[in-house]
Amino acid sequence: MRQIKLILLGLAAMVCVLAALDPSPARAEEDLAPLVAILAEGGLSERAEAIDALAATGDPRAVPILEALADGALMVRKADGAVVIAKTAGKVLALTDPVTGVALAEVASGALDKIKVNNRLRRSIRDAVGALTLRSKDTAVRLIAAKSLFDSADPESIEALEGAIGVESDSTVRTAMERALAASILASDLPEDRKLAAVTTITALGGRDALSVLTPLANGEDAVAAAARKAMTAINNTLALWDAGQAVWYGLSLGSVLLLAAIGLAITFGVMGVINMAHGEMVMLGAYTTFMVQDVIRTSIPGLFEWSLLIALPLAFLVTGAIGVAIERGIIRFLYGRPLETLLATWGLSLVLQQVVRSIFGPTNQEVGTPEWMSGAFKVGEMTITYNRLTIIIFAMAVLFCLMLVLKKTPMGLQMRAVTQNRRMAGSMGIRTNWVDAMTFGLGSGIAGIAGVALSQVDNVSPNLGQGYIIDSFMVVVFGGVGNLWGTLVGAMTLGIANKFLEPYAGAVLGKILVLVFIILFIQKRPRGLFALKGRAVES
Amino acid sequence: MKKTFRGVLAAGALALTAQMGVASIGTAQAADDTIKVGILHSLSGTMAISETTLKDAMLMLIDEQNKKGGLLGKQLEAVVVDPASDWPLFAEKARELISVNKVDAVFGCWTSVSRKSVLPVFEELNSILFYPVQYEGEESQRNVFYTGAAPNQQAIPAVDYLMKEEGVERWVLAGTDYVYPRTTNKILEAYLKAKGVAADDIMINYTPFGHSDWQTIVADIKNFGSAGKKTAVVSTINGDANVPFYKELGNQGIKAEDIPVVAFSVGEEELAGIDTTPLVGHLAAWNYFQSVDDPANTAFIDAWKAFTKDDKRVTNDPMEAHYIGFNMWVKAVEKAGSTDPDAVIDAIVGVSVPNLTGGMSAMMPNHHITKPVLIGEIQDDGQFDVVWETSGLVVGDAWSDYLEGSKDLISDWRAPMSCGNFNTATGKCGGAE
Repeated sequence: MRQIKLILLGLAAMVCVLAALDPSPARAEEDLAPLVAILAEGGLSERAEAIDALAATGDPRAVPILEALADGALMVRKADGAVVIAKTAGKVLALTDPVTGVALAEVASGALDKIKVNNRLRRSIRDAVGALTLRSKDTAVRLIAAKSLFDSADPESIEALEGAIGVESDSTVRTAMERALAASILASDLPEDRKLAAVTTITALGGRDALSVLTPLANGEDAVAAAARKAMTAINNTLALWDAGQAVWYGLSLGSVLLLAAIGLAITFGVMGVINMAHGEMVMLGAYTTFMVQDVIRTSIPGLFEWSLLIALPLAFLVTGAIGVAIERGIIRFLYGRPLETLLATWGLSLVLQQVVRSIFGPTNQEVGTPEWMSGAFKVGEMTITYNRLTIIIFAMAVLFCLMLVLKKTPMGLQMRAVTQNRRMAGSMGIRTNWVDAMTFGLGSGIAGIAGVALSQVDNVSPNLGQGYIIDSFMVVVFGGVGNLWGTLVGAMTLGIANKFLEPYAGAVLGKILVLVFIILFIQKRPRGLFALKGRAVES
Repeated sequence: MKKTFRGVLAAGALALTAQMGVASIGTAQAADDTIKVGILHSLSGTMAISETTLKDAMLMLIDEQNKKGGLLGKQLEAVVVDPASDWPLFAEKARELISVNKVDAVFGCWTSVSRKSVLPVFEELNSILFYPVQYEGEESQRNVFYTGAAPNQQAIPAVDYLMKEEGVERWVLAGTDYVYPRTTNKILEAYLKAKGVAADDIMINYTPFGHSDWQTIVADIKNFGSAGKKTAVVSTINGDANVPFYKELGNQGIKAEDIPVVAFSVGEEELAGIDTTPLVGHLAAWNYFQSVDDPANTAFIDAWKAFTKDDKRVTNDPMEAHYIGFNMWVKAVEKAGSTDPDAVIDAIVGVSVPNLTGGMSAMMPNHHITKPVLIGEIQDDGQFDVVWETSGLVVGDAWSDYLEGSKDLISDWRAPMSCGNFNTATGKCGGAE
């Protein structure tokens, strides 16, 4: 059986070579069909050969077939063994013939078998599609093709690239093609002068991509190796600067996560002085609210998915805020002035909340999706900036400044500050102190809840979510200075950046320990943290 | 105010060390007409995410056995305790199961540290433990049966696959900082060096439990991968830390075609919490995948969905290990005609039962079992597609052949040797001295 397939393959390849000489559409159909059949029947190695043969046809109609194969959309119809491209259309699958592009009858998903690919095949498909689309009419497609040829750096594509560069009109695409050509030349055994020119082209590109092309060349004695080494030193020097920038960025991003987790605590612990060990669980409940919102959206209104996080924000605030008010009214108000009891009660409460969530939703992680606009990354020079981290940094700042506005500019904020600074005086002025306590605690909890919405994007949504943040949150608030929101901001960012600069040298484990030791020593020296509150209220 | 801070720190430490003393929820009755089976899996704390599923799987297996008429004419009775992800508590709960509840066998533990903590208890009270999770090897104990994979049944074949099929020349060994990843990476490092990989081409990285900020490490992996050689990541990252790790990989655009990640602790259950579209093509090495097309597997999956009354529940490798272990125990008890630990320990060696991938698994004299090794690629539906498997079954090797000090050791619990660490160089039982 295997032999027959190989013979078929050989025949098909021969036909393809002939077809290349006479590329009329009618012929192409006959040539592609047997190769497509081999894709469906053969094992992984035959499939790889068929992919190469499809690429060798040079027929642009092979591109959608290969792309469908890579995406897992190329299927075999169980009924008759026909190869089809399937696309989800509601509950059924819409089928098209891969060679002719004719639409076929719709079927249910059980009626098809997927043609499997592995990483090696995906790579050869990427290279094949790159080679086939090098002369596409679409500039963007040509650019992608040039980039994938750069990655594969295959000496066999030199000829195709040279041809394509000759007719290329777009300067961006041409540069990308020249780079791909240079990478291919460096991987080939062409004479030294061409390689030296290629090294110059690659050096101009710079960055990690250039390094990965140049590194294999550097171990040699000839002129090319010397040029490569020189170029690598220059590139590495530039990269060192970018790396420092990248570390700052990572630090800010870790800091913004710490800030989000700590900001609610800065209210409940910082302003009210309540040691709230259940704070992490408020974050966790916020994340579960996001999950619930997405679950409802997925089942009933899928069109709103991109907005799911924005919808979850107010809901998470209301849910956790309400729970916070209930906790304050039910437990904490009986324990004011007794920090140890508060600590133990809230610790117990955190365990109860975790177990409740575990009983309702199960112990496993829940899937919270990322909207399209928060996925992926962009590059600034050699720095990679991911959209989700960028969003979280902006969001954390927005939350912080909104909170400051609420505390400084609204009547409610005024009452909160009045009650925490002098409860009896505030009471004499007609402020309902009990009510203000409940609202303050609710506000802190609600903010923890909206932090949970953001953290659901970077961490597990599981009952343990909050546990991981509670220690860090206390660290940030104590380090920054209790009762001072600016302190919380500076504290979170300092800890984040310190952590990220230590991590490459000390490792993640030792890095965390060093930061903890640093904070303990710092607190010995300045027991009130970075930004200590001054005034009579502090002394009491 | 100064006093308050001290108070916070002291009280915080107090609260952290406070144990979560959750009461056991067993149904201990003083009836002699049942055979009791202990289940020792964490139902709360960090490991609950993985271990709760195994408790449910055991309850299902016991329930099914009872429907078949029980064992030796008696009904089986499950005794469930919760060691709450707290390692010393595992030892206490194991003692409670054996001495107070009088169970005849225990199925349990997940992390190696919890297994190490209960070992002396099982030895002292002479009971039986079935341990269902892949582990680092370097251990063989008379009272323990290791139904998960030893390193040669998971890590070594996975590295071989990457070397041969993907042509990987540069390796990142990333793991959580505890005994399983550290030992596995030690074995892998020795193995890679034996295969001619230069020390410069191996990067080893450890992170704490539950690590959630992977930006720097993923960027480091990316940099390490830009040396013009094909690079792969071998991940022994455990539990909760995996989801943010894979999310960061997806966000920084590391594709499986460029730098594949092969994981030893990521199964169907862990993937249930992530959108796997950006992860298609990353790999995992196990001895079982839910996607394996086999009648026994289909029946098991259907039974599991019916038992949990949840159509979305997935099955995974440690569940299969419990399935094999439980059936082996049942068969050994029937063979011995008694649940007496000594009789069962003698009877179980050589017992073979069907596994869920279409073959038979046998208990070997070193208390490890034979298993096929499968490499699967992550699919966009959160399942794995098997891309490679060993041609036959692989015998679990308790003592790695690649580590100094352990390569001379063998384990054989049959008489007359009856030794877990026999040194073939010195001809004595008792380890590497």
